Amino acid sequence: MNKRADTSNLLFQSSEWNFNTLYRTYDAIKEIALDELGLDVYPNQLEIISSEQMLDAYSSNGMPLIYRHWSFGKHFVYEEHHYRKGHRGLAYELVINSNPCITYLMEENTMSMQTLVTAHAAFGHNHFFKNNYLFKQWTDADAILNYMEFAKGYIARCEERYGLAAVEPIIDAAHALMEQAVFRYNRPPRNSPMKERARVRDRLEYEERAFSDLWRTLPQRKADEDPTETERDLSERKKTLNLPEENLLYFIEKNSIILEPWQREILRIVRVVAQYFYPQRQTKVMNEGCATFVHYTIMNMMFDKGQLSEGNLLEMLHSHSNVVFQPGFDDPRFSGLNPYALGFAMMQDIERICTKPTAEDRDWFPEFAGNGDWRGTLLDAWANHRDESFILQYLSPALIRKFRLFALEDETKENHYRVASIHNERGYESIRSTLARSYDIGVNQPNIQVVDVDFRGNRHLHLQHTVRDGIVLDEPARSATLRHVRRLWGYDVSLVGVEAGSEKTLYETSSSKLAE
Amino acid sequence: MPNFIDRRLNPKDKSLSNRQRFLRRARVELKRVINEKISTEKITDVDAGHAISLPVSGTSEPSFAPDRATGRREYVLPGNREFVLGDRLPKPGAGGGAGAGKGGAADLELEDDFRFVLSREEVLDLFFEDLELPDMVKSSLKEAIAFKPRRAGFTTAGAPTNINVGRSMRNSFGRRIALRRPKQADLDAIADEIAVLEAEAKPSAVSSERLAGLRRDLEVLQRRRKLVAYIDPVDIRFNRFEPMPVPNANAVMFCLMDVSGSMGEREKDLAKRFFVLLHLFLKRRYERIDIVFIRHTHQAHEVDEETFFHSTQSGGTVVSTALEEMRHIIEERYPSRDWNIYAAQASDGDNLTGDSENCVNLLNNELMKLCQYYAYVEILDERESAIFRSTDNGTSLWRSYRLVGKNWRNFQMTRIAKPGDIYPVFHQLFAKQPKTARSG
Repeated sequence: MNKRADTSNLLFQSSEWNFNTLYRTYDAIKEIALDELGLDVYPNQLEIISSEQMLDAYSSNGMPLIYRHWSFGKHFVYEEHHYRKGHRGLAYELVINSNPCITYLMEENTMSMQTLVTAHAAFGHNHFFKNNYLFKQWTDADAILNYMEFAKGYIARCEERYGLAAVEPIIDAAHALMEQAVFRYNRPPRNSPMKERARVRDRLEYEERAFSDLWRTLPQRKADEDPTETERDLSERKKTLNLPEENLLYFIEKNSIILEPWQREILRIVRVVAQYFYPQRQTKVMNEGCATFVHYTIMNMMFDKGQLSEGNLLEMLHSHSNVVFQPGFDDPRFSGLNPYALGFAMMQDIERICTKPTAEDRDWFPEFAGNGDWRGTLLDAWANHRDESFILQYLSPALIRKFRLFALEDETKENHYRVASIHNERGYESIRSTLARSYDIGVNQPNIQVVDVDFRGNRHLHLQHTVRDGIVLDEPARSATLRHVRRLWGYDVSLVGVEAGSEKTLYETSSSKLAE
Repeated sequence: MPNFIDRRLNPKDKSLSNRQRFLRRARVELKRVINEKISTEKITDVDAGHAISLPVSGTSEPSFAPDRATGRREYVLPGNREFVLGDRLPKPGAGGGAGAGKGGAADLELEDDFRFVLSREEVLDLFFEDLELPDMVKSSLKEAIAFKPRRAGFTTAGAPTNINVGRSMRNSFGRRIALRRPKQADLDAIADEIAVLEAEAKPSAVSSERLAGLRRDLEVLQRRRKLVAYIDPVDIRFNRFEPMPVPNANAVMFCLMDVSGSMGEREKDLAKRFFVLLHLFLKRRYERIDIVFIRHTHQAHEVDEETFFHSTQSGGTVVSTALEEMRHIIEERYPSRDWNIYAAQASDGDNLTGDSENCVNLLNNELMKLCQYYAYVEILDERESAIFRSTDNGTSLWRSYRLVGKNWRNFQMTRIAKPGDIYPVFHQLFAKQPKTARSG
């Protein structure tokens, strides 16, 4: 590399930052991001914070504000302890999916780091939040901050009115069901009150029309004589209650008869928060990959334009390569696949396939191999995929070889693992689908649904856990969680584990059998 | 235009209330941990910040989670070097399927059992909880070293309220003399003379020359006056204050304890709390505190803290030996004119017949003259406490000490069966005016 004498273009030289440099650099990044990469972002709001404030943000799920609850305090003391002891550092930035998009920058960062994280968060993540279909469909970036403010105030008012001792157990119980508090496939049917009234009227009219006094004279059949009667009852119930229902918290909020209106509202708040974070959990690889790819591309372009010095670039590359470091499975540092590493490698791989495809790539990805338009291809991928589908569609054999991925089968009863596939011709497909499946939250989380509730009788709530691959629930946690469900429901709750496919009952437990 | 906001000056303790909620939640568990720490740690360390390792109970956040020890899974891992399809790898910690299962469970526990640091205040709060201290005492014990601003000379910078007028004017005066600032009187005199000369109807050549000279002089003086200000920023002096720790002297605390076989774990734990409380009190008032541990059976020894609380020694019980030892140490190392001497004695009341009289004599004639304060607790069995609490009867030691208590105001004694009973012994010590003047 020949030394460039011209330093007139440089945005900054010292490692200290100040607001003028931040503005200047932001504008330079923005120009590249919008004009050359074609990103589409929410307006940015960048906030400089100190390490204490970063710790605060950590413990509130990265939200700028959240209702008060002891579990956040628990998080806080935990994070604080590790930070103070030097077990782990803090993130350089934190970004919130809101409009305007709020990015926290740590004050300790050098100017090079501020440049890197501005590109990473304020443009990479920001673009992803604004354009990915999951976020578009499930989160409302315009409203989330106002909503959180409302939630915090609402819960504080509840605590004032009903006492901490009354509010806390409700939040505890709601938090226990947070994993089961999201809609995975569709939003619930939301009838307007007008429609609802119309439906009731139609039904009454129908009943009036169909009424025939003659039927009364027929001899009554006993329910137990005719199994179809109870079955019909059940299917009728299921229809009116929209069963089975995967969103337990939603079901309880709408149907529990012991809850006060304010308690329902609290459940709703917890549910909204869970739903808000659900897309993030499904797009970890893509989101981080997108942001990392964006900052990497931008910083190289800035260097090419002479806006960054070699020293700055090296500093950025140093932290970049720390972030995308992937140790092998037998390395002591290994703790799973690094989403930054996988995401970034896949994005880079897509760029390569678009511009310099091999014969193999043309075979595997005929739709876009060699089309030359890597920007468009990436923008499309970012917008329309989540981790699972993204990996299933874009993970190339070249990358499988590069990471030397292999699949391992773990049957808990056996005392050895079995290598199921490796990075060869026969293994690519299965590694790809196995990896994709491991990012599917729907598969990895226990599938628990409300299947029935007996409103006329003892109001027993029936939950069903569909057991896949023989993975049952951790028992102590299961009992504790069931107790929470019972607290919200007010009557007995039972949970049945049914094996997927064979419909065999594997276990059965009920809150009445648990000691309080 | 991006919107940069500097949040660094915003309040930092957003999480404080959540942290407090969490501690309240974990209270029972924390208390157990703290009490355990207090019984194993040095008396002087009780009020430091503590790293607490907290098990999950009470603060767990359960959810429906898969059991790691069941079912069939498939992982994709990076970094394959030598494996081919169908290879079998032994599971770590193999030796049966159960082994892997257990390993998983242990990991889970490790994750949940976490450590964090409690501040000094939080530790003390927990420690005080069952000592039933009045709030005022609690807050004064939690107070760190007090500083008092003391005058410490002058300084050239400071707040306007601290301007020292006298000193500033003195500087200004000196400067005015040194730089020969014209006085108002001189100016007035010249101006008068000019007025007189101007008033002359027909000025002679002499007087007009004089007038011109005077005018020149006046102008020079006026310019000089303008240049040399009456008060200049360089004159200003401010009173300087320095935070000085409130003067503390030295104190020595004697811990006397009977360690004969009748003192069990419970008794020792109560005694320790008694000693800790006295130490916290002393720490607040004195800069330097020495602690002397004297344990006794039928003979007394000075020992270190570890031995004091944790090792046992068999033998009879002769209390006066400990008092002898204490007197001896005072004579040798802690002359009472340099040291404030505090003593705390814990015992179960056993004593050799006839020895109690010796103790009374020792206390009356020698020790009480030297001590600022002497506290004695007799540790009772929970069952006995109901019988003995109210009566004057009791062991021979108790009866004898009653006599001492009558003579000396700074001698305090009580019987305790649970931590809440300890405080009354110190009641006087913590009273609003803790002036425990040496009587006698």
